[in-house]
Amino acid sequence: MAILKTKVGRRSFLKTSALAGGGLMISFSWLASCKSGKDEKKVSEMPDEWFELNGYLKIGNNGVVTIMSPNPEIGQNVKTSMPMIVAEELDVDWETVIVEQAPLDTKLFTRQLAGGSQSIRQGWNSLRMAGATARDVLRQAAAKKWNVPKEEITTSKSVLEHKGKKLGYGEVAAEAASMTVPEEIELKSKGDFSIVGTPRVNVDGKKIVTGKPLYGLDIQKEGMLYAMMEHAPAFGMKLKSFDAAEAKAMPGIKDVFSMKSYPDDYERQWSDVAAFSEFVVVVGNSTWEVLSAKKKLKVEWEKGSELESTADHLAKLDNIPDSVVNVARKDGDPEKVFQNAAKVIERTYTAPFLSHNTLEPMNFFADVTADKAEFIGPIQTPEFMEKSASARLGLPLEKIDIQMTRMGGGFGRRLYGHFLIEAGVISQKMKAPVKLVYTREDDMTFGTYRPAYRADYKAALDENNNLIAFHVKAGGIPESPLFANRFPAGAVDNYLAESWTLESNISVGAFRAPRSNFIAGVEQAFIDEVAEAAGKDPIDFRLELMEKAKNAPVGKDNDYDAERYAGVLRLVREKSKWGSEEKGVHRGVSAYFCHDSYVANVVDLEMKNNEPVIKKVYCAVDCGIVVNPIAATNLVEGGTVDGIGHAMYSAMTFKDGKPDQKNFDTYRLIRHSEAPKDVEVHFVKSDIDPTGLGEPPFPPVIGALANALYKASGKRTYSQPFMAKSFQLG
Amino acid sequence: MAVFKLKINGKSREVDVDPFTPLLWVLRDHVGLVGTKFGCGIAQCGACTVHVDGKAVRSCQMPVQLIGEGEVTTIEGLSEEGDHPVQKAWLEQDVPQCGYCQAGQIMSATALLKENPNPTDEEIETAMSGNICRCGTYTRIKRAIKSAAQNQNA
Repeated sequence: MAILKTKVGRRSFLKTSALAGGGLMISFSWLASCKSGKDEKKVSEMPDEWFELNGYLKIGNNGVVTIMSPNPEIGQNVKTSMPMIVAEELDVDWETVIVEQAPLDTKLFTRQLAGGSQSIRQGWNSLRMAGATARDVLRQAAAKKWNVPKEEITTSKSVLEHKGKKLGYGEVAAEAASMTVPEEIELKSKGDFSIVGTPRVNVDGKKIVTGKPLYGLDIQKEGMLYAMMEHAPAFGMKLKSFDAAEAKAMPGIKDVFSMKSYPDDYERQWSDVAAFSEFVVVVGNSTWEVLSAKKKLKVEWEKGSELESTADHLAKLDNIPDSVVNVARKDGDPEKVFQNAAKVIERTYTAPFLSHNTLEPMNFFADVTADKAEFIGPIQTPEFMEKSASARLGLPLEKIDIQMTRMGGGFGRRLYGHFLIEAGVISQKMKAPVKLVYTREDDMTFGTYRPAYRADYKAALDENNNLIAFHVKAGGIPESPLFANRFPAGAVDNYLAESWTLESNISVGAFRAPRSNFIAGVEQAFIDEVAEAAGKDPIDFRLELMEKAKNAPVGKDNDYDAERYAGVLRLVREKSKWGSEEKGVHRGVSAYFCHDSYVANVVDLEMKNNEPVIKKVYCAVDCGIVVNPIAATNLVEGGTVDGIGHAMYSAMTFKDGKPDQKNFDTYRLIRHSEAPKDVEVHFVKSDIDPTGLGEPPFPPVIGALANALYKASGKRTYSQPFMAKSFQLG
Repeated sequence: MAVFKLKINGKSREVDVDPFTPLLWVLRDHVGLVGTKFGCGIAQCGACTVHVDGKAVRSCQMPVQLIGEGEVTTIEGLSEEGDHPVQKAWLEQDVPQCGYCQAGQIMSATALLKENPNPTDEEIETAMSGNICRCGTYTRIKRAIKSAAQNQNA
């Protein structure tokens, strides 16, 4: 049984109570009744009064409970899973819970950001505390009413009970709102969980399948104008001049002008990544009118810096100067061991830039007036963009309001909120509410792409086929994918990890499982080759190394738990019945650790008409406690398909700074007929606090896929995308 | 600009727009039905799928002047209460992740089941290949379509 000091939470709660008009006590507030979600559950009536017990939740006089979901929802299910954690400690009947997207409130909520698979990990304690402290004040209120000790009062599904007497939460909510929050709070035993660990369908599911407005692109406001922009057609180009006459004369057009989103003297923070900052903007009455006028723009662009091409990148990747290479980790004496080894295996792997391609293109609504700015839209980093908007628009931070919408995908793209700033600048100039919308072409050619990567691997075996030295040298344009302290670091006596980067003016950023999305797949493909050279079963070979990392680890900074790593491999071996596959089925295995979680995969392939068909993928996952199994399984299935899709088909290439791919006719995303026919997901049973899940299922499957492709074709693939006929990097 | 009388979800709607305006933007900007999504604008992703006379159509490539007497059905008009067998199956299987492509997926799936009430796995995969899901919910979409087919035929 865990006991948490409520100190941190209490300080935050006091701020809420101050807002709600209380002093040291948490007082109730009368809030406008919220009808969202009314039709989705057995909540038949909204309460007459709401009592806010803390910033995370309020209880109606009829027992209906509203739980705020603090973090941005990008499809990772936090809007359902995070309130489940509050509901668990509150001991509430989930069927009476309404979920609302919380406002941006950095003083009250912990890390309102979607990124790094950290929402649940970082929110776990505060979400539990919010539920537990609310339950405590409800028990205090019932104790007072019944004149019995609080400790004797039990709760279950929104009902307080003492020796046969019962009260609903709604009946004591008013009293509870005036009770003092205790100094520390006892949390439930994990074994007593009745909501966490049980499948709960998406709280927005009904709205999604009936087409209700949920996304930034769906925002419509009185007097709202539509805006689109034209950015430089190539990285390295900038605006020279433009002729707006024809575009301005088009029907429904309000204005055409050029603007700078980030002036040269603006101090950018990390979430302000944007290759282009000067645009020509078209503003009008409807999307189609603006789109039609945009086609009439005559814009001249000029070279501002290097115009890079993929062909040049390939040449550069083949000639990495020693001067840019840094040693990230060294154990033992790898150089010497390589010289005297019985066998040395050397391989090189490459992968291209990737575009995020969230299905909902970048967009944002902004209404900027002289003294305040209102923003509504899809953003993974509202906390950060609030600061950027304040600095750029010259308004105090408290006058910036950012409302989070459900996002039509994120994958890291919406960590970089330049489109919010652009919308704000346009609204400020137009003195009107504006919705900025990117076309797919704008979106794909103005990316914060996954960098292009290369990794060179070398392994040494002794005459008994033991792995005695390992060398990885990895880098990218313009970021290295290396994690020096991850497996097999710690499992090999002589180990060298080197890293390098090459500069570029092509803008890059985090892409689902940054760096891991490349290095996992190639490392796991290489280890497969080493296992084969050693004449060992690929799972046995990995388990041997993990055994060594567990019992006699080399070095002290190894960032993984070898036992949990081995655990997912054993689980996938068991579930896939490794070693007894059907005839005609070609198998590959892999395992990887990232975002504090462990995932192992077995991919089963068949060849049909000389084309690989992925029959089944087995996934074994250790992410600690699984909060919402139905959503977690969905996330693993999806991440698996997504990983396979990008490794098989996707690439972003450039000619003289111009992206070659501008829409889905040239940029390949995996389609239904190409997806695995089945994905089977197994979770390791665990009572460890939850770890990451949005990203970990993506990287490792690429290795299992590469290894299965080898079994099927007899040929190893070293360049992604695997299925590209026209393009291979390296 | 020209006035068009459209039949959308069983109701008559009048819009005054450029005749080349794609149905997608008529629905979203002028009629206020935003359930139909913009994804690519070139009929490659399927997010904008609606039915015209019961057939799946990419609304981003359908100029409003070509619709004439055609009966347009959008995700909002698929059922009164969101209880079409395909919508119910989508909820049972908890298909959506981000959810953005799902209206288009559902419209493609309902058109498929109308033509072929008992599709094989391969027929589902082929028929649904015009709808992209970046979250990768394809396996669940397939399961939901099979479950809807079963319930529909029961």
